[in-house]
Amino acid sequence: MADVSIRNVRKSYGKTEVVHGVSLDIPDGTFVAILGPSGCGKSTVLRMIAGLETITAGEIAIGGQVVNALEPRERGCAMVFQNYALYPHMTVADNIGYALKVAGVAKAERRRRVEEAARTVELTEFLDRRPGQLSGGQRQRVAMARAIVREPKVFLFDEPLSNLDAKLRAAMRLEIRRLHNRLKATSVFVTHDQAEALTLADLVVVMNAGTIEQIASPRDLYRHPASRFVAGFIGSPPMNMMPGVITAGGGVEIAGGGRLAIDLDDFDIEIGRAVDVGMRPEDVILDSRMQDAAATGQPALAFTAELTEELGATRLIYGKSGARDFAIAMPASSPQLPHGQVTRVHAAPARIHLFDQTTGLSLRNVARAQAQ
Amino acid sequence: MGKRVTFGNTFIGIALIVPQLLLVFTFFYWPTGEALYWAFTLEPPFGGGNQWVGWQNFETVFSDPKYYNSVKVSLIFAVGTTTMSISFALLLALFVDRQLPGYRVYRFAYFWPYALAAPAVGLAFRFIFAPQAGFVSAINTYFPGAWNPATNGNDAMLLIMLANAWKMVGYNFIFLLAGLQSMPRALLEAAALDGAGALRRIRDFQLPLLAPTLFFVLVINLTESFVDSFGIVEIVTNGGPANATDLMVFKIYTDGFVGKDYSLAAAQSIILMLLVVALTVVQFRFIERRVQYT
Ligand SMILES: Nc1ncnc2c1ncn2[C@@H]1O[C@H](COP(=O)(O)OP(=O)(O)OP(=O)(O)O)[C@@H](O)[C@H]1O
Ligand SMILES: [Mg+2]
Repeated sequence: MADVSIRNVRKSYGKTEVVHGVSLDIPDGTFVAILGPSGCGKSTVLRMIAGLETITAGEIAIGGQVVNALEPRERGCAMVFQNYALYPHMTVADNIGYALKVAGVAKAERRRRVEEAARTVELTEFLDRRPGQLSGGQRQRVAMARAIVREPKVFLFDEPLSNLDAKLRAAMRLEIRRLHNRLKATSVFVTHDQAEALTLADLVVVMNAGTIEQIASPRDLYRHPASRFVAGFIGSPPMNMMPGVITAGGGVEIAGGGRLAIDLDDFDIEIGRAVDVGMRPEDVILDSRMQDAAATGQPALAFTAELTEELGATRLIYGKSGARDFAIAMPASSPQLPHGQVTRVHAAPARIHLFDQTTGLSLRNVARAQAQ
Repeated sequence: MGKRVTFGNTFIGIALIVPQLLLVFTFFYWPTGEALYWAFTLEPPFGGGNQWVGWQNFETVFSDPKYYNSVKVSLIFAVGTTTMSISFALLLALFVDRQLPGYRVYRFAYFWPYALAAPAVGLAFRFIFAPQAGFVSAINTYFPGAWNPATNGNDAMLLIMLANAWKMVGYNFIFLLAGLQSMPRALLEAAALDGAGALRRIRDFQLPLLAPTLFFVLVINLTESFVDSFGIVEIVTNGGPANATDLMVFKIYTDGFVGKDYSLAAAQSIILMLLVVALTVVQFRFIERRVQYT
């Protein structure tokens, strides 16, 4: 058990810097997911914690001890790799017990712990097989057991579920979380799958191009994205984004037509400021009352439906608002929206997001948002 | 297996294999046939066509104690030189695999010796290891008589082993390095996290997983040391001293082209060929099976 502290860590390969100063405090026993698009440096950060990559600048401490100069084996981390990295010439039992063997644990004790770990991941009947004789899901379990058996201070996962099919992935996700609830070891889980990150983690770290965009709980990440990048990355389909200008009287004038109501007190902004306006597809409200009341001046956007996707419980409607792509998500039970027909849509003021056009940062008043 | 490319036109297929068949026929089956013919016939001392003599040539070979000596030194040479070259190549490959500075340069540098003709290698070794003037002659100034391949059979054997090993190191190195580099990095990283240090990782992972490649270079090296060592022996020791380096392939040459007894030489060639074939079959049947994992 240990907390992990990453202080202003940088990583360069030759002259190219790929991680540009990352700071992150992971309290003991927390499950952290590092989420970001491909190539943003997630694995690199994880591998620096494990000791598989040198740290170019900054400091990483595990359990209060700075580990920059320590060998991987001295850091007390166990890692589950994307391709599992099982030892092909050893049986499952030997795979799981290898770390104990290296550590010089007596044979009987070793066998006991290997069997216990195998039981935890339901592998008992496969102990004598070679990894080549196992299915993908079973291999994944071996990799998990190999990590568990060492009782490490920190668990590291590098996209461990990405090679499994959707159903198995969901099942393993649940099992990993269950395991964490039982073992309560500090865990860092790298993924580019937001569903995985949001369902597993206590704390999600969103990375982009070598920097951290936001560190927040899954709920806050969704409700209060700190930047345009996070807003677009979290949620599916992504948040609708359009430029606009703040007008007097609590409104934002959307470029290309339309207006939305906002609560000016929620944001750190002034009248006349150009901003990016965001609205999640699932926050969009169809305004049937106003369908033929375009002139009433009630703030709304015009939306033309073009395509409908039925996803079981939800229905996605893709179309255009002005010249821009716009998506709406609604319960499948709600009435159909005929294609080609213009509808007026809006969202509750509290569900409207505003971002600075140059920095992309959220303009929401942080103090107020947290008080809510 | 994926789909095979097939030729609708049989003629193209035949046209494509004919050159290869011609080569194999000209350089393998034809000479082998000739050797077989020589091995079972004798040329009469005073001319005339060859006479069929059955196993007589083989009986002559097997009743000659010098022949057994030749088999013995060939085996010693084969095992010795193969061990040397593979272990040294393995060491180099392990170092290069760890990407010590400059590995790109010496990765190529190591392969060059293999491109040299055997006699050139032999000549170089003869000079370098010459007891009076070579680099190694320094030993003799401190321990007089410690090194003299011209009179000491063991020294001579060691010298040709070294020369042949040096020639083969680059070849082995390339294959072993490729074998090491085809191992998933993550596997060794997992081992490192599991607590295994560099030496332990070599012992528990790199060597076992390299076994198929090691097996392959073993077969190639043994075969090569039996059939392709002539150039080195010829230049470095000429089979001496006192037949201490009279390898089978060298004896075939001396009996055939110096002693002008083609039939005896042909019989020995056939034996050597069968020996190499048997060796290869045995290795593939009994060793290869134990080195496959997946
Ligand atoms: N050994 C290396 N040499 C040079 N550049 C590297 C090396 N390893 C990674 N990089 C670069 O560092 C950046 C971050 O790589 P990293 O593997 O951390 O990405 P990632 O976020 O894990 O992506 P993915 O989701 O695709 O695994 C990438 O741009 C990559 O090209
Ligand atoms: Mg990665």
